[in-house]
Amino acid sequence: MATATRPATAPLGPMLFKQSRAEFIKMFRVPAFSATSIILPLIFFAFIGLGQAKDPLYPHATVTFGAYFLASMALYGVANVMVLGFGISIANERGQKQDLLMQATPLPAPVYFAAKAISALVIAALALLALSLFATFAGGVQLTASQWVTLLSRAMICSIPFIGLGFALGYISSPNSAPAIANLVYLPTAFASGLFFPLRFLPDFLHNVAPYLPLYRGAQLVWDAVGAPTEGGSIARDWTYMAAFTIGFFFLAFRAYRRDQGRKFN
Amino acid sequence: MAAPTVQIEHVSKRYGHVQALDDVSFQIEPGEVVAMLGPNGAGKTTSISIMLGTRKPTTGTARLFGLNPRDLKARSRIGVMLQDSGIPGMLRVSEIVSLFAAYYPAPLPAGEAIAMAGLQDKAASLVKDLSGGQRQRLYLALAVCGNPDVLFLDEPTVGMDVEGRRNFLIEIGKYAARGRTIVLTTHYLEEADELATRVIVIDKGRLIADSTPAQIKARVAGKHVVFTAAGEFGQADLEGLPLTASHIEDHRVRLLTNEPEAVVRELFRRGVDLHNLEVGGADLEEAFVSMTHHEAGS
Repeated sequence: MATATRPATAPLGPMLFKQSRAEFIKMFRVPAFSATSIILPLIFFAFIGLGQAKDPLYPHATVTFGAYFLASMALYGVANVMVLGFGISIANERGQKQDLLMQATPLPAPVYFAAKAISALVIAALALLALSLFATFAGGVQLTASQWVTLLSRAMICSIPFIGLGFALGYISSPNSAPAIANLVYLPTAFASGLFFPLRFLPDFLHNVAPYLPLYRGAQLVWDAVGAPTEGGSIARDWTYMAAFTIGFFFLAFRAYRRDQGRKFN
Repeated sequence: MAAPTVQIEHVSKRYGHVQALDDVSFQIEPGEVVAMLGPNGAGKTTSISIMLGTRKPTTGTARLFGLNPRDLKARSRIGVMLQDSGIPGMLRVSEIVSLFAAYYPAPLPAGEAIAMAGLQDKAASLVKDLSGGQRQRLYLALAVCGNPDVLFLDEPTVGMDVEGRRNFLIEIGKYAARGRTIVLTTHYLEEADELATRVIVIDKGRLIADSTPAQIKARVAGKHVVFTAAGEFGQADLEGLPLTASHIEDHRVRLLTNEPEAVVRELFRRGVDLHNLEVGGADLEEAFVSMTHHEAGS
């Protein structure tokens, strides 16, 4: 029998590669997603950072406002891809019942999710690249090679907990409510974490809340990467918080996913 | 000895208060082309979902090639078309077919699967730009691209025009001719008759018939003869008539037959006083009802 000689299942490596590529293509082809992911941080940098890019961050500081705000927008940009783009696209796909057919194919669920995460990481990397080029050539931001490496790698690592948050949002919200919920969660926390204005300009109660926000902890890490002062206690503490957020958000995502599957497939 | 392709044993399925399937058992052997026939809401889609392992039976067991239907080794040997399942609109036809092909151990070349579904002209189109019928054909391409031993097709021709339906059935027929097993659901008897070697009739969650299309057709494709009988009339008066079902309530007589002329002629010959005589085609719903009565009575 011919079926006896062929392997029982397809190899996972090529499957993951092709699935990731397809996920990337389909997200990238939605202009509302690719354009906002890549252009929005750039626009914010142009509006807020460009005019004072070469000024010192505070009197006599060695770090410029441009470098500081590049770091802020780098974090804003990668987390934006994960929460808004990614979370909303998952909610939409659920709304269109795309998971129905996928459930009946031999594509393992972990490969499906890994591919989604990989494609989102690639888009986040593209957003970082575009922002860095813009900051360098339009804003004249100068960083040492090691600062670039530290900034870009920390921004990418800090995007990981937001993958979990995006997944969770995508499984908790409906296609109609997803954009509203994602914006409602993301924009205020970006402000409350000091990504647009330093915390000292914000209302007092936010000073107490901010240290428990993931974007606040991420912000300390990227600011530290460009040599700006941080206010989160210590870098080790910031990393610890980020690790805890990662575990918490992925746990939440897993719970939301299981609940959704239970409703549909039992 | 190879395990049966599909094995459903005493499967019941409840959704809340709704009994979608009620103690259903059947087996499907390799190479069979099986049509699951029944009115809307009969439990056909639930049956398919349980065979695929996308839904769990409340009681009873489902096996695919002797394996748990959720086993990737079982999944790797089947192709499916489901009702109202979405696919990414922003991929091109050729892209999504070659993506799905990568899920299977021994796929067809994507071009071949696209050609089988008659979508060559649309290979470069985005999925979102396809018409309803083209989308349905894309689902067929996705179902066959893994070169599966078994195809599960849930209402595959829904939303197609007559022409599209014809071509579609021809393609599925070709696939069956390669010795593949096909399980399809439909509420069109003609579709079942054209393709299937075996028909399983489901109504209200119960399996009410399991035989060849010809036998089902004999019972389903008949005419109904309805009249009011004046005077005494009972089952004895129907003795020897070529009927597939009969129902007498007060003086209203309802018969199902493939030879309405012979039945009416014989009734006149016997001197039955007929009023309000009606002869018409039996629709599938009616046939199912008569079949249920028939099974219950026999």
